[in-house]
Formats: sequence, structure tokens, C-alpha cells
Amino acid sequence: MKSFRFTPALALLGAVTVVQIVTLATGKEFYLTQLTMTAYYSLIVLGLCLLMGFAGQISLGHAGFFAIGGYTSAVLTTLDLSAYTNTSPVALFTKLSVLTSRQDLYGHMVLNVHPWAACVVALLLALIISYAIGIPVLKLKGHYLAMATLGFGTIIFSIVLGTQRFGAADGISSVPPFPLLPGVSVSGNSPLRVLNYYFAWILVIAAMVLLVNLINSRVGRALRAIHGAEDAANAMGVDTARYKLYTFMMSAVLAAIAGVFLTHFNGGIGPSEASIMKSVRYVAIVAVGGMASLTGTLIMSVVLNFFSLRGYFGTLDDAVFGGILILIMLFAPDGIIGSDLRALLKKLVHEIRKRMHIKSQTTNSQ
Amino acid sequence: MALLEVNNISRRFGGLQAVNEVSFTVEPGSIKAVIGPNGAGKTTLFNLISGFLSPDSGAIVYKGLPIQGKSPYEIAERGLSRTFQHIRLFAHMTALENVMVGRHVKSRAGFIAGMLNLPWTKREEGEIRKKALELMGFLDIASLSHHEATSLSYGQQRAVELARALASEPQMLLLDEPAAGLNIRETADMAKLITRIRDLGITVLIVEHDMSLVMNISDEIIVLSYGQKIADDAPRAIQHNPDVISVYLGEDDD
Repeated sequence: MKSFRFTPALALLGAVTVVQIVTLATGKEFYLTQLTMTAYYSLIVLGLCLLMGFAGQISLGHAGFFAIGGYTSAVLTTLDLSAYTNTSPVALFTKLSVLTSRQDLYGHMVLNVHPWAACVVALLLALIISYAIGIPVLKLKGHYLAMATLGFGTIIFSIVLGTQRFGAADGISSVPPFPLLPGVSVSGNSPLRVLNYYFAWILVIAAMVLLVNLINSRVGRALRAIHGAEDAANAMGVDTARYKLYTFMMSAVLAAIAGVFLTHFNGGIGPSEASIMKSVRYVAIVAVGGMASLTGTLIMSVVLNFFSLRGYFGTLDDAVFGGILILIMLFAPDGIIGSDLRALLKKLVHEIRKRMHIKSQTTNSQ
Repeated sequence: MALLEVNNISRRFGGLQAVNEVSFTVEPGSIKAVIGPNGAGKTTLFNLISGFLSPDSGAIVYKGLPIQGKSPYEIAERGLSRTFQHIRLFAHMTALENVMVGRHVKSRAGFIAGMLNLPWTKREEGEIRKKALELMGFLDIASLSHHEATSLSYGQQRAVELARALASEPQMLLLDEPAAGLNIRETADMAKLITRIRDLGITVLIVEHDMSLVMNISDEIIVLSYGQKIADDAPRAIQHNPDVISVYLGEDDD
């Protein structure tokens, strides 16, 4: 156990700060935009790591929860209710600041749901839907569970792609900033870039602290027991169904939070965020980072998401993640950043030594 | 009052009547064995009592309350613990962590408390660890705490599973073939261990094939055959029971 338990969190904060300063010094501040997006995508992946690596439940539909968060927020904050200003519920909500007036892109006054209220609705929706889906689906195991979650993701994708209200193929744009404090809001506004970067990464650090605490607690142990031998965990008094459900719901809410804030940061959301390609990407990152390693998953998330967002993978973006999944399953199912890496490295060093020894022997004999 | 009452329990799987109107009681502080040829219904009976199966009919009463049809975790909460015939330790966890999970019903920290790592949660963790280590000491496996549980030898894994089952401080322990895969010396050690557990005040119900262990330590023995109870008596009487003898050795041909 750590002697000062906030050390890892502070170290992460330190790393985040160093990176920001480096981008400033090297004139690459625009990297902060992709790094901010990376932070939000990492939230999804961390929740998925808890679900897959620790509770042992696969989800091939997690982009669906991201979309539930993002689209709910996008729809509510761009839905103009000014036509109903005279009705009592609208008047009441306006008074309670649940609804807020602002000027849209064209200079018109519109009445939308306040981003905070929209966020609450989005998260509640994620909780309710993950609860409803989770109860039947978590009774399934292995590929049956995978297929059921795949089905869920497909449903969400079809809904957002096919519904006019959700912008269909174009998605929803001109999503307003999410105000946090006076003068500070989550948006793509250049002057706020540094603040947005820190906000996103503070969310990630907070999530890491909570998740690491959970893993090392009684519940974390119970989750790992469920993963290790579910029937035996049950026999030892662990309510496996409830624990799996709560973990599923937690990971869904993390994805939804990412959806909400990333949508406001980007100023919009499109159906591709709900696609199976995204869900596969998230699973690939958890797999390569080490199923049961939050740190490993975070590291791989930063590397892969940043490269992807910077366009380094070009048009083969999705193929990269698909390829990663295949390679990891074949060669390092426990992820790269795990004891397998040490074992792999040892083997590699051993092989090299062997060859060097043989080489020096043949040289000596000459 | 009997600690465990099994009343006319029945369970069929398709065309096979695995357990057929079996009734018996287990008195507190005793060691009772369930024996019978393979296919007699012993494992099904254990799974019915521990909640992995629901009976088609009949009742199971533990500490005066019905438990038939309840989930395994609810039954564990009531103070009835079990081990498995084919050892089921938690993979990717150390021996100590395995035993600490056994302490689950005696601890409370949930999701929120776990995430926030509150002071009372840390204290509880310390207690869980301490108790788990004590139990491993009782079974002489304390030195194995930090080994990955599934990397231990067979006999050591059995001990870890036993410590895990004891960690919940159950009033009754179901042992599913505790001597399976053990040699003569290890079986004798296991027999001694079971009596030590009984001496702690824990009632034991064992399914076992090893007759030396069964005859040596049981207070009472039930014999099952084709899902039915054919005898329920003290070891001496069972040994001379003609029905039991014919079930194991077959009928005389003349």
C-alpha cells in the first residue's frame, strides 16, 4: 500500500502539467485540443477496463452510452423552446434556471435547457438504460454477452442515425458551451483551450483515484472473484448479479459523462460516435493496455487516441484498432503493459544473448 | 433443534430423478457424511442445500428458516458455507486475497465507501486481512499468503479453499469430497483437520468416497443410492447394513 495515497494522482497531475508546458514551449499548443479529447475518450476506456478487466464482463456496445450522454445533452441544449415561453412548465423551469436564454449562431434569441440540467438528464438516462439493459444481459456469459451488448450498440447507432430530431447522418452541431464557473466553460473556444485541457484531465485523475480505490477495496476484490470463479464468489456471499450490474452502470455513466463534455467541447456530435467501430476501438485499447491494469489502459488510451486524433493512422484508423485486437489476442492476451511484457522482454533478451554467444563462439573458433 | 433439516427434497433432470424424497437432519456440533456410489445424487443434494439448484419439491430448513430455492450468496449470508469438489479458487488472486473474499459476508464496505476509501473502510480492510491471516495460520498455510492461489500445489489449494470457506465464520460447513486427490497421509491430516473444525463448534456435512475418513470421523452417515436415502445411522451400523453392502458390493449371486 502507498505511504502517501495521493502520490499517484499528483504524479499524474504533474505529468499532465509538464505536457502542457512542453506544448507551450514548443509552440504546439494546438496539441492540447487532441489531448483534451483524448482525456474524455480515456474516461470511457477506464470504465470499460473496470467492467472487462476486473468484473470480467465484455461490452461491445459502450459507444452507445457515450452517445446517450452526448446526444441527450446536444438535443436538450439546442432544442428551442421559445415558442412555449407562455406555458407554465416552461415558465417555471426558466425561473429555476433549468432553461436558459441565449443567442444562437444567427443572432436569434433561443430558449434551451441549461447544460447542467441537460447533463443531469443525460446521466440519469444512462443510469436507467444501463440498469434496464444490464439486468437481463448480464445473466449471459462470454460471446453471448458480447453479442447482446453488440446488439445494444447497434440499436443506439440506428436510432441516432435514423432520427431527424437527432440530426440523422449530420448529427447535431452548434452545441453551446458548458459553463462551469464564471468565465470558464467547456467549449472549443481557443482562449479557453488550456483551461479545458486541465478540466478534462482533472476529471480523468478523479476517475483514476476513485477506480483505483475501488479495485483495492472489498468490492474490487469481490469483482475480481466474480471474474475468477463466479459460482464460488456467489457461494462466498457475493451478490454477483448486483455487483455486475452496478459495475456495468458505473462504466455506462463514465462513458456518458465523456459524451456530455466532449460534445460541448467539440460543439457537436455525430452518429459515428455511436458506431460499432468506436466500441471496438475502446475494447482494443483496454485489451492492449492490459485487461486488469487501469494504468496500462490509460497509457495506451493516451498514445492510441492521440495518434488517431492527430490523423497519424490516416484512413486506416479503424483498421489499426481492429489489427491491434487481433495481435493482442494472439500474442499478449493480458495486454502489453503487464507481466507478459516482462516475460516477452526476458525472452527477447535471452534470444539475443544466445545469438551473440553463438556469434562470439564462431568468431573465436576462427 | 436440528441445525439443518432436509425434508422430502426431490429434484429431477429431464427423465432422471436425481434426488428422490430425501429427508434427514444434522445436529449442531456433529459431523455427518453422505456416501453412496457415483450417480447416487450426492452432488445434486449438496447443490440443492447450498442454493445452486432449486428443489422440485420439499423443503430445506437451516437454523429454523427455509433456504430451499435461495441464491447461494443468501445462504452464505445465513451462515452456511461450502467447498467444491473440483477446487474453485479465484484465478489471478493471491491465496490471501482468496481467503479475504471469504470474509465478504462479515464486512460491509460497498461501492461508494470503496471508491472514497473512508477511514472506517480502511479499518475494516485491516480487520479482514488480519482475520484471513489468522485462518491461514490455523491451517498452517500462512506462508503461502502472497502466492498466486492457482499456482499452489493441489493439497495447498485445498487448504486455501477451506480457509476461504471458514472465513465467513459459518455455523455449518459443506465439504464436497475434501479428500479427493489426496494420498493416505494427506487424507489422515484432512480427517484430523475436520475434527478440529468441529471442535471449534462448526457443524460439518461431508460428501466423501474415502471410507477410512468417513468411518473414522463421522458421527452419522447417510447412504444414497439412485437418488434415495437407504440408510441413516452411526458408522458401525452402516458398516453392517445389508442394503448398504449390496449397493456397494452388489448382490450375492446365490
